[in-house]
This record gives sequence, structure tokens and C-alpha cells, in this order.
Amino acid sequence: MKLALTEEQEMLRQAARDFLGDKCSKAFVRQMEESESGYSGELWQEMADLGWMGLALPEQYGGGGFTFLDLAVLLEEMGRACLPGPFFSTVVLGSLPVLEFGSEEQKQRYLPGAIRGEKMLSLASAESSFANPCGAGITLEATREGDSYVIKGTSLFVPDAHIADCLLCIVKTKPEDKVAIVLADARSTQMSCVPLKSIGGDKLCEVIFDRLAVPKSDVLVQEDRGWDAVERIVRRAALAKCCEMVGCIQRVLEMTVTYAKERKQFDRPIGSFQVIQHYCADMATDVDGARFSTYQAAWMMSQGLPCAREVAIAKAWMGEASRRVMNLAHQIHGAIGVSMEHELHYYTRRAKAAELAFGDADFYREVIAREMGLCQDR
Amino acid sequence: MDFGFTDAQDEFRREVRDFLEGEIEQGYWQPACDAWIQGFDPEFTKRVADRGWIGLTWPREYGGQGRSHVDRLILTEEMLRYGAPAACHWFADRQVGGAILSFGSEELKGEFLPRIARGEAYFGLGMSEPGAGSDLASLQTRAVEDGDYYVINGQKTWTSCAYFAHYFDVYARTDPDAPKHKGISEFIVDARLPGLSRIPMTDVTGTEAWSDLFFDNVRVHKRYLIGEKNRGFYQVLHQLDYERSGMERIMGNYPLFEAIVQFARESGLSHQPVIRGKLAQLQIEFEVGRLLGYRVTSVLEEGRTPNMESSMSKAYSTEFEKRLANVAMEILGPYGQLMPGSRLVPLRGMAPHSYLGSKGYSLQAGTTEILKNVLATRGLGLPGS
Repeated sequence: MKLALTEEQEMLRQAARDFLGDKCSKAFVRQMEESESGYSGELWQEMADLGWMGLALPEQYGGGGFTFLDLAVLLEEMGRACLPGPFFSTVVLGSLPVLEFGSEEQKQRYLPGAIRGEKMLSLASAESSFANPCGAGITLEATREGDSYVIKGTSLFVPDAHIADCLLCIVKTKPEDKVAIVLADARSTQMSCVPLKSIGGDKLCEVIFDRLAVPKSDVLVQEDRGWDAVERIVRRAALAKCCEMVGCIQRVLEMTVTYAKERKQFDRPIGSFQVIQHYCADMATDVDGARFSTYQAAWMMSQGLPCAREVAIAKAWMGEASRRVMNLAHQIHGAIGVSMEHELHYYTRRAKAAELAFGDADFYREVIAREMGLCQDR
Repeated sequence: MDFGFTDAQDEFRREVRDFLEGEIEQGYWQPACDAWIQGFDPEFTKRVADRGWIGLTWPREYGGQGRSHVDRLILTEEMLRYGAPAACHWFADRQVGGAILSFGSEELKGEFLPRIARGEAYFGLGMSEPGAGSDLASLQTRAVEDGDYYVINGQKTWTSCAYFAHYFDVYARTDPDAPKHKGISEFIVDARLPGLSRIPMTDVTGTEAWSDLFFDNVRVHKRYLIGEKNRGFYQVLHQLDYERSGMERIMGNYPLFEAIVQFARESGLSHQPVIRGKLAQLQIEFEVGRLLGYRVTSVLEEGRTPNMESSMSKAYSTEFEKRLANVAMEILGPYGQLMPGSRLVPLRGMAPHSYLGSKGYSLQAGTTEILKNVLATRGLGLPGS
């Protein structure tokens, strides 16, 4: 047991922090939020050249062969920087599921390209509500027609679908009425895409499939194990979102403490007032609780250990802890913190979006209750 | 980051569990909340000592085992999980032994550590006074030099290990003219010395685990001064970091947690979403507290003294214990008010006992407010108020 990063992870963290500090200013984040594509091709290529897209993918596909725990460190830095763009979608929602569930042919088709920065992937996972990511909400239908599935319907809140090359679609197959995951060509004219104006300023899309045909060879996960695969993908996504949020709220704590030391009222720094000190102490506790519960789950996932319970604990804690942290950060920052000229709002907006993504605290409390044997039926 | 335990550590955990389960099976004691601070059982302490489990991390030359802080974490975690009556040795094992190791003379180490480790010397803590709680440095108990002795006069309160302690770790003022932090010294005081009397105090749970200590010209030989004269306050800060650092701060009422979850499951009450949601929330909060405690051990294992880490862990965890007791009371409804020993009492009355007892959790060893001050100023670098 050692609850500190390894030397190698510290180096990765520092390299990422330096790079993003240089390339990802808040002015850049705002520019990306306002742009149509939401990312910079130049930065994307530089990230690929650094080996980030393939960090946690095997060397045989051009990856770095590191673990999810190493990816966690990188995601934390991205959350700290509010990095815009399709890294999360491509790596967490795309490449890792393809690696886990794909055939060798599918892996060869997608992973090397994604690692080189040439292919972007994402996941169409929810129709109505992210609060219930594994629930009965799957309404996207894929009807078997000969050797193909034909997808018809709408998928909502699909991140970066407008720039993706391929969408992993969670579908209900017809006539079997079972869950499967298929790889859909996101450049097809049978698919249209409208970015939604969301609180996080990220590019969540409404995706409409109009009889998009997917050949059998593009089925990623067959019906018999579809549900299990969905749970595993959502679990990893929830955890990866926690990793980003650790960086986000850690940065907010630091900004707030710095501000409390500098801002003077009544002729003294407001950070010398005990009430402000205790707010900061509460924030630090929430942040460290989030950090350790997240890294515990990430460690377990990278060890290949069962971690449904630990991910649920991390995401449930993060959802509510991040809200408390943001509320106190705003209270301590005072009025400047609610202006668009200050950078706090980037974190406030992203924290809320992250809370809603891949299951909120209510959802995971129910998961934990089940793990505790408190639910009537499993 | 490594959250795992080695095979040897897992094996040690099994060994501790087997021992404790065997104890319960033989009817030696029943799991209880607060047993680490209120459960006085000299026989149990002796059996623990016989296994070499007191002073586990101390050097072998002083009767310890030279084992890791992770091993001690495992040992204490299991003791708390089973609610074992470990109060006789807890304070000496947790902090006084460490204080003697860090600051004491070779003579003191040789005299006390092996006896503590053998389960033959119990310590109580003589810190608080009626007029000195959070502001410990304002303590008024005096120790005046007289030849080879210090003569101690004054009063301590909320002294732990009330009836059972053979010795007290006492802080007294040795230089009344110095600034208040710079005139305090630390002593080992034999409980049998003439002029020392103890009057047990009954706390809100009805338990007599603490006492008032009265010093009337108590003569303590100079060799029982721990560390340097007038450095006592700095030594106590160090000791408090250890006092605040353990798993007893998140697991003090753990037996109630297991019992109420089982009760909710078996009674069918957990079918109500509100009730299972509350228990799931407690599980989340418990896990976070456990990890904050593990982080303290990780810091110790790096050879550092946990300061803001143990403050954070204790401040967080004692609030959790209060919520746990409250949720248990809510789930039990009107039965929740039945005290231990009452007819019809569920869960042996652990819920109301813990509900009342938990009011003190966030006061012992530094109030939550003091701990947050430490965290903010020493941890986050905010300016002193």
C-alpha cells in the first residue's frame, strides 16, 4: 500500500501539466467552446505525437502499453486544464472498448489510426437520460436485414459525434430485443448530427440514424454479452470522468486558497478568517476523498480486479463532493467568481456536466445498495 | 498508487480475524461500539500482548516487533471491526509508547516499552484541564523542581483509562514566566504515588471510562520527565498527530454499522428506497473515511509524521460516526431510544449508546474546529487568524 504516484507517473503528470499549461489556456478553451468543431486539429496531432491517445493501449497497435492507472494521471491533468476536444470520446469511449471487445480485425481497423490521431471515435449510449445509463432507456433499434443490421432512431448526448469517424452504438436488436454494440460509420449520409448547447460547453450531439446499415462484421459485441459489455463500458467511462474531475476540483481548491490569501477585506486577507479557513478545509477534504476513492477504483481496474462497487463509490462521492467544492469556491471568490472574465465558471460548468455523465449519485447509491445486499431483486 | 496488500499482510489479517473470532466464540466478550476507549479487559490485553501485538511497530530491542505501519493498520482495523475491548493498552500502544520512543531517555524506553508490550503497563492521558481544552497550552497544572523531584499540583480532567491506568502521561507547567507554549513539560506519573487521586466521571452514555485527576504535592522523580524540560507542548503536538491518526476515528462504532445494515436487510426495511439510499450513502462515506485513514498510514510508512493528513481524517471521520449513529436511530424508529439492558432493545442498544457517545468523538484529541484550523493553516498555508 502506497497512496502516492510512482516516479514515472509523477513525470507523466509534470509533462502533461507543462504541455497543457502551454497549449490550453482558458482563452483557447473558450475559443473551442465557441467553435463548431470544438477542437484544434493541430493540438490533436501534437497529443497523438506525444503518445497520449495510445498511452493505455498495447504496443502492437502502436500504443504505449501503460495501464488505466497511468491514463488516470493524464485524465486528471486534462480535467485540470479543462482540455476541450475528443480525447475522452476517442480513448475512453472508443479505443478501450474496441480493445476489450473487438475482433482482431476490428482492432487493426480502428486502434492504430486512433492512436496516430487519424481516427476519432465515440459512443452513442443514451437516448433519454444519462442518470440511468444502463437502464431501460435503450431505444435505438437495429433490425436484422440479411447480413446487416439497419439502425433507425435517435441517440442523445453523444459526445463529439459531429467530428467522429466511428460511433460505437448501443442498440436493441430486432426482432431479438437484446442489447448489442455495433460500429457505425459516423461519416455516413444515413446519419445526421446536431450539437446541443450544453452547460459544459462540450459538444454533446443529437444523432439521428436514418436506416444506417451496419454489416455483421461491424458488430462489436454480440447480443448474448451486450448488457455486460455496456455495464463495463459505462463503468470505465464513469471512472474516467472521475479522474478528470479530480484534476478539476484540485485546481479549484488551489485557485480558491490562492485567492483567499490575496484578497483583502477589513484590512486582512479573507483567508485569515476562520470561517473561510474552515470552508477551505472542507474543500480539501472533499477533494482528497474524491482523489483517493477515484484512484482506488483506477488501481483496481488496472489490476483487473472487480471494481463495480469502488467505481460506484467514487462516482457517487464525486458527484456531490464536486458540487460542494464548487459552491464553496464561488462563495469564497465572491462576485468576481460569477463573472465570465474569471476562469472559475469553466470548472463550475464542467463539474455539473460531469456529475450528470454516466450516472449520478442517486444512480450509484442504488448500485451500492445492491452490492450491500439491500435490494429485493437483483 | 498502490491500494493493495501483500500476501503476508493478507495472511496477517486472517490471523487477527481468526484470533478475534475465536475470542468471541469462546464467549470472552461481545463486539461493542467504543470498545477501544471504553472496553477495559486486562485478560484480553494480556492475550493480545502474548501474540506480540502491542507495540507492533516498535524496535525489537524494546519489546516491539519492528513491523510496518501497514501491519498495525490491519491489526487495529480488525480490532475495531470486531469491537474488541482493547482500551487497557490502546493509549500506550497508539501514542505514549511512541512519545517515549521519540523523546524519552534510554532509561525510560527500557523501563516502560517492554512492559507496555507485555500488556503490563497501561497509560491514561493527562492533557485536558477544566480551564484548558482546545487551548491546551493554557494549562495550569504546575510542576516545581525540588532536588531530584518535580512536585506536581493541579487538576486534569477527561483522563482516559480511568480506573485501570498504571501510569499517566501528564503535561504540566514548569516555567510560569515563559510564553505559555514554552513552559510546559511532559511526565510519566505513577498512579500509585501519594497525593494523586482520581475520581471517575460518568459521561453522557452512562459509562465511567474517564476520570478527574487531582495532584496534591505529587513528587515525581526527574527521570520521569519525557524529553526536554519546557518542550512539552511541542512534544504533545507530535503525539496528537498520532492520537488523531488511527482507524478508531472512522470505525469507533463500526459494529453498529454492520448490525444496522443486517437489521435493514432482514427486517425488509431496506426495500424502502429511502432507507437503502441512506445506508448506501453511509457506505460511500465510510469508504472515503477509510481511505483518508489509509493515507495517514501511507504517510507514516514514508517515514513522515502525519499532520494535516491526520487532522483531515479525524475531522471527517468523527462526523461520519455521528451520521451513522443517527441513521441507525432513524431506521430503528421508536425502538432506537431503548438503552442497553432495556426490555425489547434491538442491537443491544448500540444505536442510542453511539448516538450519545458520538457527541464526544468530535471533541476528543482536538475538536473538529481545531483540526480544521490545522488543516487550513499548516496544510493549505492560509494565514493564522
